[in-house]
Amino acid sequence: MSFIELIIIIPIVVAVAIGCGGPARVLSLLAAWANLIFGVVVFAVILFKGGDGMHFQSARVLLDNPELTLGFAVDGMSGVLVLLTVIVTFCAVSMSPENPGKGSGKLYYISLMLIAAGALGAFCATDLFFLYAFHEVALIPTFLMIGIYGHGREKVATAWKITIYLGVGSLILLGGFIALYVNLSPSGGLTFDISKLATAQGQDPLSAEVQKWIFLPLLVGFGILVSLFPFHSWAAPAYASAPAPVAMLHAGVLKKFGLYGILRVAIPLLPEGFEAWKGLLLVLLLGNILYVGFVTISQRYLDRMLGNSSVMHMGYIFLGIACCNSIGWGGAVLMMFAHGISIALLFALCGSLRERLDTLEFSRLGGLAGSMPFLAVAFGFAAFASIGLPGFANFASEITIFFAAFSGERGFGHLQIATILALWGVVISAVYMLRAYRKIFQGECIEQSQASDLVQAHRLPVVLMIVILLLTGFFPNIILNIIPNLFGAL
Amino acid sequence: MTIASIILLLPLIAAIAILLFTRKRATLSAYVSVISAGVCFLLTLGLISGSGEAGSFTWLRVGGLELKIALEITGLTKGMILVVTAVGLLVHIFSLGYMKDDAAKARYFTGLSLFMFSMTGIVLADNFAMMFIFWELVGVSSYLLIGHWFQKNSAAEASKKAFLVNRIGDFGFMAGILLLWGATGEVSFSGLEQVLDRETFDPALLNWAMICIFCGAVGKSAQVPLHVWLPDAMEGPTPVSALIHAATMVAAGVFMLAKVTFLIIEAPVAASVIQHVGALTALVAALMATQQSDIKKILAYSTLSQLGYMVMAVGFAGFVHSGDVLGASASNAGFFHLYTHAFFKALLFLGAGAVIYACHHEQDIWKMGGLLRLMPVTAITFLIGTAALAGLPPLSGFWSKDAVMAAAQNNTLLLIVGAMTAFLTAFYMSRLCTIVFLGKARSQASGKATEVPLVMRLPLVILAAGAVLSGFKFAYGWFLNPDDLPHPHGALPLVLTVIGIAGILAGYMVYRGRDRDPIKVEVFARKFYIDEIYLCLVRLLQDGLAYLAKAVDQLLIDGLIVRGSARLTSGVGSLLRGLQGGNLQSHAFLFGLGIVVIIYLITITFK
Repeated sequence: MSFIELIIIIPIVVAVAIGCGGPARVLSLLAAWANLIFGVVVFAVILFKGGDGMHFQSARVLLDNPELTLGFAVDGMSGVLVLLTVIVTFCAVSMSPENPGKGSGKLYYISLMLIAAGALGAFCATDLFFLYAFHEVALIPTFLMIGIYGHGREKVATAWKITIYLGVGSLILLGGFIALYVNLSPSGGLTFDISKLATAQGQDPLSAEVQKWIFLPLLVGFGILVSLFPFHSWAAPAYASAPAPVAMLHAGVLKKFGLYGILRVAIPLLPEGFEAWKGLLLVLLLGNILYVGFVTISQRYLDRMLGNSSVMHMGYIFLGIACCNSIGWGGAVLMMFAHGISIALLFALCGSLRERLDTLEFSRLGGLAGSMPFLAVAFGFAAFASIGLPGFANFASEITIFFAAFSGERGFGHLQIATILALWGVVISAVYMLRAYRKIFQGECIEQSQASDLVQAHRLPVVLMIVILLLTGFFPNIILNIIPNLFGAL
Repeated sequence: MTIASIILLLPLIAAIAILLFTRKRATLSAYVSVISAGVCFLLTLGLISGSGEAGSFTWLRVGGLELKIALEITGLTKGMILVVTAVGLLVHIFSLGYMKDDAAKARYFTGLSLFMFSMTGIVLADNFAMMFIFWELVGVSSYLLIGHWFQKNSAAEASKKAFLVNRIGDFGFMAGILLLWGATGEVSFSGLEQVLDRETFDPALLNWAMICIFCGAVGKSAQVPLHVWLPDAMEGPTPVSALIHAATMVAAGVFMLAKVTFLIIEAPVAASVIQHVGALTALVAALMATQQSDIKKILAYSTLSQLGYMVMAVGFAGFVHSGDVLGASASNAGFFHLYTHAFFKALLFLGAGAVIYACHHEQDIWKMGGLLRLMPVTAITFLIGTAALAGLPPLSGFWSKDAVMAAAQNNTLLLIVGAMTAFLTAFYMSRLCTIVFLGKARSQASGKATEVPLVMRLPLVILAAGAVLSGFKFAYGWFLNPDDLPHPHGALPLVLTVIGIAGILAGYMVYRGRDRDPIKVEVFARKFYIDEIYLCLVRLLQDGLAYLAKAVDQLLIDGLIVRGSARLTSGVGSLLRGLQGGNLQSHAFLFGLGIVVIIYLITITFK
């Protein structure tokens, strides 16, 4: 069993053990610790050996024709996302309540474990089928968690809404995958193996027209999963209803699957298809940054605002992808990591605030820094990370993406115009984040000033996330060095 | 480790040390911060006397992009680093007294140290990327310090406003950096200068890039139309106003412009924009200053006005007169004024701080009076600062204002604007001094004021010496050759002196013995209603757009498209109504399972 298989199997085994009656929280914490350590080891090994190659390869052939293999391997990009997953999982489990309300809490922790396993599997799978299937494994528990353990009166309706919405997205994606695999498989036999499909694309590429029409369902499908404008409206209500650990895992980790898929599958296998839709993507990503940015400004509740802000920031990652050079893609992967940690941190803090307060409505809050100094400082770090202050990883990734758009051929085209417009998003995010911070923590106390500060046990994950954001912000090369030259590989 | 990199990192280390270890022990934290500022000042003396290695570190490398934290030491840098560490140290010391009983002293000194780190970074930056990084970091340290008393709504609002207005400027700054990077593939100042020498570029591109970069200076140095944050920033503790919002950070825009003089020379349209924005700021802010009654606000508008002078002077670097470009000498004049202004304006702010401290946090000048007798050291040093600001010879402000006006002397319009500003400057400062220091006490607090303690007096005296001497050749010649300054024609210095004296006399005559302002110009007092106009614009454009977007989001995208299509799917509607949480799990699992089964079936069929 390879190391990667081990870190995928640990949460699955733990989920089964919890189902059989094991102590849910203790086992989950153990699994989260183990995976955190193993994930860091995986990352370190890739750092040492270089991110361009595939490491920790394993393959178990399940079917010969069509060729279906339960195979895993990690290169630098997968390595970054594995690291992100284990960190956020660890923090999400640590921030989970002892007794999550209804029932024994078994289902709660089983779901968290399955989300973690599914995300890890999806980021490491070498096979299109399992890439898809593992993502579904991770996605479905999130629906349950919102429906059962969520907040607000509309939680069941919200759960259904995202089940249908993301379900439709997945099906569209599936359609695209099937078209891809049927058309691109080498004449020798059908295969789901991504690297074999890539080889086939290199030797005998599909015509531009076919690529174009297969790329569209992939863009829409992945786009829905990443909340690409105009497919974004599921995200904010879902995150507002979700229990904090689920919002952390979904917004922090799972949403990156769509972006990973575009970089791992869609563009390498359909490069001309991407070219055909790049103009459209530029328009849509501006929708994320500017339009959703304005939607974010108008939010009156913290949880909804954070949900929308996470949608908005997806626009920058798409911008990095649309740059079509190694700088932009490096920036995009770095931003997946940075955004993943920072949004998880924000949702963790938002969840802690929700436990302590009657409401998250800005107009009814104020001056909480007095009674919750730790939360106030931590939220300050998270807010400044999120708006891209230098020193945090988010800034490093944003500036990389902006520079990427002006690298390469000299000239001033659509990409450059879109980037200048996207720059305005930096102002927008500062507006809503500082407004929120001002309303919640600063000024005169309005009410609820007796609320208590964050408990000691929850401080470790919060501090961990802040330290990681600062560390990778001061030394972004830690991450950038292992991101493979994806663009050069095309 | 080079000296320069220690000067850069030491304040950061101090800030981290306070945050991690000593934040519970306020006085110890204060000393950690003050000692780091002191060591930095001593190291600066070492740095400016030697040539010294600079040091460099690759911060970010991906693909063909390499962004460095690299330090560069030039004459300009040496002058600026001295200002930053010297004024910084004095403000640190002054704060020991001023913030003695503050509840959050440790947080205050963390902020100061963080600021020193960020500001040093701007000064030592050898490229635009690094400058932008520290540019944003000074913004956040300014945010933290303006909002030091964040429990006050006004302070919380002011800090937010300062950060956001600066971000608007930074938007332009970043766009300009990107345009230059796109055209030249360079971000380092020396690299850009070489490329511009070697190749020719589309002048339109250079003009646009320079205008965008200038936006950064407009935000940071609070030029019209982004000047609105600086007066509000006076909500911060007064030593902070002296250091950040008078002497150093707000001057960073001028410093940056002076650093890219080579670019301004190549971009005549942008240069003209810079001159006019600077001149407009100088005049408008001076007019506003004449009608304020808060001692710090008067000084804040005065700072705006003086920054306008500096920006105007730097803009003249691209001014063409009878076929010749004025060039570096003009931006040297701007920087020279920055240098002298740092001393006398920090002096004035700390003096105002001493007055406020002695009057138990009273800031209204109409409740003060007769302080010359009660606080002689503060009053005399303040008067020295006033004389320097008014440009009376032989004080420092005279020499630098001369240089600035000499840069403008071939442009009649801006020369007249500059002269008017000079008169107004002398007038409002004389008004302030007459009301605060002469006459009789107008409130109990000012009647019982006593001289401030030594830790606060000492910085005043040292800065007063700076205000007197910094305009002499021996005090600036080591980083700026006096021959590289523009030389005034004939009677210009004399005319300026007369204008300064006239302004002072006018202020004294009008305000002697008054208890109320005899002049009422509502439009100046209300700052040309610019804040109100902006508030309207924000309401209308930003919040209006935001609500529009939200409505569209809820109605169209979510309501019609998503829900509509969901309803179309038969059966889904009834599922939505009928299902409860318990059923949801089984359905969701079935749903997922179904998808997996579909794939499997498809694979089999294609077999």
